Amino acid sequence: MEEKILLAHGSGGKLSHDLIREVFLPAFDNPMLRPLDDSAQVVIEGKRLALSTDSYVVKPLFYKGGDIGRLAVFGTVNDLAMCGASPLFLSASFVIEEGFPIATLKKVVHSMKVASEEAGVMIVTGDTKVVEKGSADQIFINTAGVGFIEEGVHLSSSNVKPGDRVIVSGFMGDHGISVITEREGLGFRQKVASDCAPLNRLVKKMLEFNPSIHCLRDPTRGGLATSINEIAQQSKVGICIEEASIPIRESVRGVCEMLGFDPLYVANEGKLVAFVESKIAERILGVLKADEMGVDSAIIGEVVSEPRGKVILKTSIGGSRILDMLTGDLLPRIC
Amino acid sequence: MCLAVPGKITKKKQGHKALVEVAGLEREISLDLLPDALEGEYVLIHTGFAIQKIDEADAEETLSLLRDLVQANEVHG
Amino acid sequence: MKYMDEFRNRKLADGLLAKIRDISHQETQIMEVCGTHTMAIFKYGIRSLMPEPIKLLSGPGCPVCVTHNRDIDTAIALAQRKEMILITFGDMFRVPGSNSSFAKVKAEGGDIRVVYSVLDALQIARENPTKQVVFFAVGFETTSPTVAVSILKAREEGINNFFILSSHKLIPQAMESLLDSGEVQIDGFLCPGHVSTIIGSHPYQSIVQNYRKPAVVTGFEPLDILQAIWMILHQIHRDEPRVAIQYSRVVDERGNPVALSILDQVFEKKDASWRGMGIIPQSGLKLRKEFEEFDAEIVFPVEIEESRENPECLCGEVLRGVKIPTDCKLFRKVCNPDHPVGACMVSVEGTCLNHFQYQQ
Repeated sequence: MEEKILLAHGSGGKLSHDLIREVFLPAFDNPMLRPLDDSAQVVIEGKRLALSTDSYVVKPLFYKGGDIGRLAVFGTVNDLAMCGASPLFLSASFVIEEGFPIATLKKVVHSMKVASEEAGVMIVTGDTKVVEKGSADQIFINTAGVGFIEEGVHLSSSNVKPGDRVIVSGFMGDHGISVITEREGLGFRQKVASDCAPLNRLVKKMLEFNPSIHCLRDPTRGGLATSINEIAQQSKVGICIEEASIPIRESVRGVCEMLGFDPLYVANEGKLVAFVESKIAERILGVLKADEMGVDSAIIGEVVSEPRGKVILKTSIGGSRILDMLTGDLLPRIC
Repeated sequence: MCLAVPGKITKKKQGHKALVEVAGLEREISLDLLPDALEGEYVLIHTGFAIQKIDEADAEETLSLLRDLVQANEVHG
Repeated sequence: MKYMDEFRNRKLADGLLAKIRDISHQETQIMEVCGTHTMAIFKYGIRSLMPEPIKLLSGPGCPVCVTHNRDIDTAIALAQRKEMILITFGDMFRVPGSNSSFAKVKAEGGDIRVVYSVLDALQIARENPTKQVVFFAVGFETTSPTVAVSILKAREEGINNFFILSSHKLIPQAMESLLDSGEVQIDGFLCPGHVSTIIGSHPYQSIVQNYRKPAVVTGFEPLDILQAIWMILHQIHRDEPRVAIQYSRVVDERGNPVALSILDQVFEKKDASWRGMGIIPQSGLKLRKEFEEFDAEIVFPVEIEESRENPECLCGEVLRGVKIPTDCKLFRKVCNPDHPVGACMVSVEGTCLNHFQYQQ
């Protein structure tokens, strides 16, 4: 275990998982925390409530298709949606650096208002702290959210079974590459738009069609590869992915080739991965494609029993190799 | 690190610089190592520099050769 | 994407594999000496497609991996100085030196920055006139001309706070050193495609003349690699080893004369220490006397302890192709990408990292 926190501890990959396993989990251990899903599920008077929280430190604050405020709302809305909850209420806490322009704060807050209306949630409580100049980079936001989970819905990363199909709801890698193309020093003339969007409506449609979907995950930090690995480990299954079937925008591929990134490790903020029984896979795909947010959905692979806990990628030329979790830090401050 | 990508020069600029397009995105690169590259040419880009031209005819020829090789294979089983 | 996608065509790949199978009758060990080849071979699962007799070896092609601990320790010592901004390419950031790493020094307050291009480092120097900006110049012949350009620009603009710590190396010398040692059976080389866009194909002549091994300058797309493997097998089959250019769409025999001229203007050869390979004569680059004012090693001499390697780390043998990562006792159990012991586990081009990530 490291002695000091490194940037890589925040990247969502292996070191982040180490930190959770070795620092947070032992201290807070309880049955609701242990599944380590995007949201926790608690039972209150017979009803299942989902609770989730995330902090947002994205740099730059504004980029094509989004900003830190929009991200802060949708990020938590999506985490709740991934466990099948209908998001209802959010809290919003701000840590602001002394000297931050109030006009910019208003822009961020306005963006959060618009986003919460889009997602159909209300921000009902919050907090503001100000720290001296130099003690925080402009503004950090934390949001937490709650929502109820319907009867019959059992989404969990330990619920996936051999035979399940893996479906993605659209192009992979847009958000991370959007943030990268926005950062100065890389000098891109045109920007790639972030895919920042609320997934709760789409999830509701999917669950209305068939509540017995096994698992949903929004592949944020660490990208698609990391999310699929987490699920392979937690469900103790193997997952086989067909590289050629993963939808990736040409422009995202171009930036990745230039900078040496693999789009499968790049963050998404408006996409989901679904694990569904094979007999309903094609129809769920139909439901997704009929929605404007899922037009580019595709079935990209299937769940197998071996090798347990591992993800195999069939490459575009027919070779095969392991697709591992993200190690190290692809890019800091991506969300 | 020998990562290099092909891109098309869309505009030559003053001071050995150029705008180059890769998959629909443009960025500025240096032509210090390839000063006689022309607009419309495809070049190989490494860490912000064009390092060599791509011979388009040669690329086509290579692909054509590969297609022939593969066909010959299919014919002979 | 033009000039990439066409060279990833599945049908053509299948066809090339069939041709490779047709002439794979004897044990053949083919070595690549470019980290980007190491990555491409793993990324596309090319090993999984090779017929039994064909073995693909990774050599010392990762410039980060072959950087000697002494050079890393020197850069780390400079990074720890308050008035310095130490700049590296991304990969070098987490490589462990004898006692620390850039990531750790950053966590302790050092100003260490990662750039995509040496021109970004020069810009940082322009924007921070009160700081001394040192660029840790690592890379083979693809990268060293870009660094040479930055030195010429610094001189032209009178930038006096920009320095480089040169750990640049030359790959053909390492290839000969490997053949000289005779430690591992190498039946042919996939020569580094992008290095060759600069140096051309002549530098590989001595490998054919003195050792009678096929040397094929290879591109990085799957069809390039498969075609090159087929070309090597074909040469072996006919016992006609020669230097051939598979990557002809960008590699010319003479290379890039402008780049070579700039490189020669700014740098001269020196003997260099390679991790795991000792000192290879005339295999490194240092700034010429007239550019001494940009040489961090001269301007900022540092005292460092004798560099150490973990005695159980097999990076050296892995780089020479003598051992593979799974031969190393530390592999996976102690040494992994999040807690790397050696450079080969850190760099995205490192053989150990690629084995760890991509092999079962």
